[in-house]
Amino acid sequence: MRPFKQVESRVVPVDRSNIDTDALIPKQYIKSIERTGFGKYLFDEWRFLDKGEPGMLLEQRIPNPEFTLNMERYQGAEILVAQDNFGCGSSREHAVWALEDFGIRVVIAPSFAEIFYANCFKNGVLPIALEPEKVETLIHSALSVDGFSLLVDLPSQLINMSDGESLSFSIDPYYKLRLENGYDDIDITLTKLDQIARYEQKRREQEPWLFTV
Amino acid sequence: MSPQTLFEKLWQRHLVHEPRGVESTEPSLLYVDRHLVYEVTSPQAFEGLRHQQRKPRRPETIIATADHNVPTTDRTQGIADPFSRAQVEQLNKNCEQFGIREFRLGDVRQGIIHVIGPEQGATLPGMTVVAGDSHTCTHGAFAALAFGVGTSEVEHVMATQCLAVPKMKTLLIRVRGQLSAWVSAKDLILHIIGQIGTAGGTGYAIEFAGSAIESLSMEGRMTLCNMAIEAGARVGLVAVDQKTIDYLEGRPFAPKGEHWSAAVDYWRTLHTDAGAEFDQIIEIDACAVKPMVSWGTSPEMVVAIDEMIPSLSGSVDSVKAEAAATALEYMGLKSGQAISEIEIDKVFIGSCTNARIEDLRTAAAVVKGHKVSQRVKQALVVPGSGLVKAQAEVEGLDAIFRDAGFEWREPGCSMCLGMNDDRLQPQERCASTSNRNFEGRQGAGGRSHLVSPAMAAAAAIHGHFFDVTKMFEVCDA
Repeated sequence: MRPFKQVESRVVPVDRSNIDTDALIPKQYIKSIERTGFGKYLFDEWRFLDKGEPGMLLEQRIPNPEFTLNMERYQGAEILVAQDNFGCGSSREHAVWALEDFGIRVVIAPSFAEIFYANCFKNGVLPIALEPEKVETLIHSALSVDGFSLLVDLPSQLINMSDGESLSFSIDPYYKLRLENGYDDIDITLTKLDQIARYEQKRREQEPWLFTV
Repeated sequence: MSPQTLFEKLWQRHLVHEPRGVESTEPSLLYVDRHLVYEVTSPQAFEGLRHQQRKPRRPETIIATADHNVPTTDRTQGIADPFSRAQVEQLNKNCEQFGIREFRLGDVRQGIIHVIGPEQGATLPGMTVVAGDSHTCTHGAFAALAFGVGTSEVEHVMATQCLAVPKMKTLLIRVRGQLSAWVSAKDLILHIIGQIGTAGGTGYAIEFAGSAIESLSMEGRMTLCNMAIEAGARVGLVAVDQKTIDYLEGRPFAPKGEHWSAAVDYWRTLHTDAGAEFDQIIEIDACAVKPMVSWGTSPEMVVAIDEMIPSLSGSVDSVKAEAAATALEYMGLKSGQAISEIEIDKVFIGSCTNARIEDLRTAAAVVKGHKVSQRVKQALVVPGSGLVKAQAEVEGLDAIFRDAGFEWREPGCSMCLGMNDDRLQPQERCASTSNRNFEGRQGAGGRSHLVSPAMAAAAAIHGHFFDVTKMFEVCDA
């Protein structure tokens, strides 16, 4: 996984609550057996006016000019700001793969659905939960100030604004460690193989019916 | 020992490793007893294993089937859609390579993973159950600690039999009283989500308890726990009682002989102890629950059948008001409209929420002797598994549905998410027994209304939403 230290970028707002993973990546695209190439389908039903199917080329599509991700001023944004309960619904990790492949490295919202939140950390994407009023201010700035940018620094857990102000955010220390270093958590767990084997032995005695195949 | 909640008991039992101190950079490591795998969220996980030259630690704990992508019509010709076919074939190959038990298309045991797990007795009390699907919370109905994970975690569980999970807080939802006739677990959970919102349970493991829950069948409890995720909670739980044990006895994967009696003894301890403390408690009055219908694009946008679409324009919460306005525009509805006047184009009875035998019995009891309204273009019944389908056919339910004008299909997820050909067309309105009414969920531009099987059946007959309790008032009197 790509380590995450710092991202400085303009900010794209998607001013909606309950953005579900079906909206992030519609069903027809999750038939892929690959892990890459989902970025071109991110927010498909909102980003495009035509109906998308797997394999369609971007040049063939009709972009929705009113959707923020299509606007010139937000091109290249690596930070996305949205309303509460971001990533709710289906557990499909394809939603994070789509965000990451599109170039989004940070999502800021008042709250996240848990499975989506966990999926972000497997893919080098940093979800930041901030108080609703602070998110509202960021969305307002992103909508009204051309080129509005932020610097997100993971080690210091700070979001720095160009006017010198900064907002701090909290993050689970284990999640932070993994993201900062790009650790593979299977590797981490596999260092505990002895402990896992001891545990299995104990459970086998307690609940033998779980070990009879 | 101090009194414990059911969640705490399950959590402690599965801890392989516990972090020391709040600032620890180590997670809690939980052991996983049962892993359910299907075609959509697993191919990249298997690929990851191959890439790292790893193998599943205990392949015998995994059960696989194809459900999301499968056709529900004639299967003798295989799967026509090349993308769907490739995904299902990939699952077959992966299961073969790694020695994983799979119920393939054509096997009567194939079906929606959250239906077949309990049906096979592969979901047992006291287990941890995971799957790369958010509705894994369904299995909590058996006092199993069950939750959905992403594909990276599917790979993690296969490789290590463990998962690093942040500990949840506990929320007790106590439902007092009894549900009225024709009011079901589906109406109850929609009512609860309407009260606490789609993020009301975020960060919590919900335990459902109280007299109304005790009265629910195992099928009803599965429906209830299934939609815990729609309230934001990854985990929904119900304590073990005699119904749990009776349901499991004799099922293929359930323990046998002396293991059975030892298992039952242990399972009977799987309830919250008197005096145990929860982080939060919510009280619900079952008698106040009516048949529910969702009107918007989030499961929290829901009201009772005798209500009108609410007006949120004067709401202090501007984000909520805007969301409601956007939803109503998408749904082609207006605030103040009576729910019972909303006409429908399609009906879907199915999904991991409501495709079990009891659901089909209830819907058939409503449908019997009636015809699907002329207004309704298509009415589908999609059983949750091959075994549910077979049982329904033994009972003659298929004939009741067919005679009324329903289509009787093969098992799978079908129109709940429309990965196969069962979809809504733009602006088509559907009475659906599924779990999500998100924009485009059942097909791009489609408009979904979440209801119970009885309410879906009533809507099919009338062509618009109709209070199913009113259809039977004469008989009750």
